[in-house]
Amino acid sequence: MMRTIHVDEVIQNVKEMCIEANHFLSADMKAALLDAKASEKSPLGRQILEQLDDNLRIASEDMIPICQDTGMAVVFAEVGQEVFVEGGLLTDAINEGVRRGYVEGFLRKSVVKDPLIRENTKDNTPAVIHYNIVAGDKIKLTLAPKGFGSENMSRVFMLKPADGIEGVKNAVLTAVKDAGPNACPPMVVGVGIGGTFEKCAIMAKQALARPVDCRSVIPYVKEMEEELLARINESGIGPGGLGGSTTALAVNINTYPTHIAGLPVAVNICCHVNRHCVREL
Amino acid sequence: MERHISVPFDKETAKELRSGDYIFLTGTIYTARDAAHKRMYEALEAGDELPIELAGAMIYYMGPSPAREGRPIGSAGPTTSSRMDKYAPKLLDLGQSGMIGKGKRSEEVRQALIRNDAVYLAAVGGAGALLSKSIVKSEVVAYDDLGTEAIRRLEVKNFPVIVVIDTEGNNLYETAIAEYALNQNEN
Repeated sequence: MMRTIHVDEVIQNVKEMCIEANHFLSADMKAALLDAKASEKSPLGRQILEQLDDNLRIASEDMIPICQDTGMAVVFAEVGQEVFVEGGLLTDAINEGVRRGYVEGFLRKSVVKDPLIRENTKDNTPAVIHYNIVAGDKIKLTLAPKGFGSENMSRVFMLKPADGIEGVKNAVLTAVKDAGPNACPPMVVGVGIGGTFEKCAIMAKQALARPVDCRSVIPYVKEMEEELLARINESGIGPGGLGGSTTALAVNINTYPTHIAGLPVAVNICCHVNRHCVREL
Repeated sequence: MERHISVPFDKETAKELRSGDYIFLTGTIYTARDAAHKRMYEALEAGDELPIELAGAMIYYMGPSPAREGRPIGSAGPTTSSRMDKYAPKLLDLGQSGMIGKGKRSEEVRQALIRNDAVYLAAVGGAGALLSKSIVKSEVVAYDDLGTEAIRRLEVKNFPVIVVIDTEGNNLYETAIAEYALNQNEN
């Protein structure tokens, strides 16, 4: 039995998610920032974390975007194979939702039509959409507006199998150290290990959408997440990159099988405005 | 040290600022980011006039989100400064008194700050809603077609910034990070 979902429902939900994600940070991120404020060693660092706390309150109360870079809309669409989409193309519906969300929600239009000619599309479309066909009769949408201060500091490393786990850890620490103040720390570090060149990058992006208080279910990966977070916070970069003990709030790692000859690692860095909004239709 | 300062300010005032000072700016500043810098730079190369008076000007690397009705501006936090490194030395040599942004600068920019008695200030990245509360007026003065990247004149009141690179070239990103990295190694 196919279940029918009309594109209007997709449009309306995507629109609302764009506005929600840009004004209200998820509970896990807010809790992590509060914990950081309590443990930060630098007085200036604590002052900055206090500003970030005030910023979140003002954003939600006065409906001012948390950050002026309201991002490029990244959408993960998990489409149940028993869903029939009625009224048009799903991709068009997602983009229409983004268009309405960014125009009607007073969000910044940060997308240019061509990477070199650079003319603004004026409605923040198109979104970057990653589809996955799954079991069931629902569509699960995860919308993550991605700011480019931190996106620009992200990296892919094509390591050799012999580089092993130490090579992977060094890649992550190198990316974070190079990002430093540019990525608006405290940051969230999304890591993808394995797969192919593009697969590891998509996994790193997906890892950023995992709640920051949720560790990997694979024991060695969970250990690596915890060790890397501790080592990143020893770097001294601190809030705003102005020194301190809070450089990252979490390291989220996803893994996938890979080729006998390779060890791809992607490090996708997100600032403290790690926005994501999830809905199931 | 926390202090309140009027903008624009002269070189004597700039010289009193020290890397690490937390200051509140009140007065007039201008916004410009990637596209506006590219256009100003090309205008200079072509021997054309700039649309704003650079002498003494404080430039804020920022492109706001649209203002809701009744508000002067939307979310208004700093963008990453290093993308303006290519253009900044030339503008500093023409008299710009400094800039507000976030993130590291090139050695060329640091040298240009020293030789012009100018300062690099940081606002807290990702605090655009909070920072918008210190902007009381915003007006597009050039390159309107660039949308969020147009040059705006802002009236600011108690706008919070931290001095990162002072007129002697001291760089807080290096000193403060080293301090906390070192302390933790000693523990």
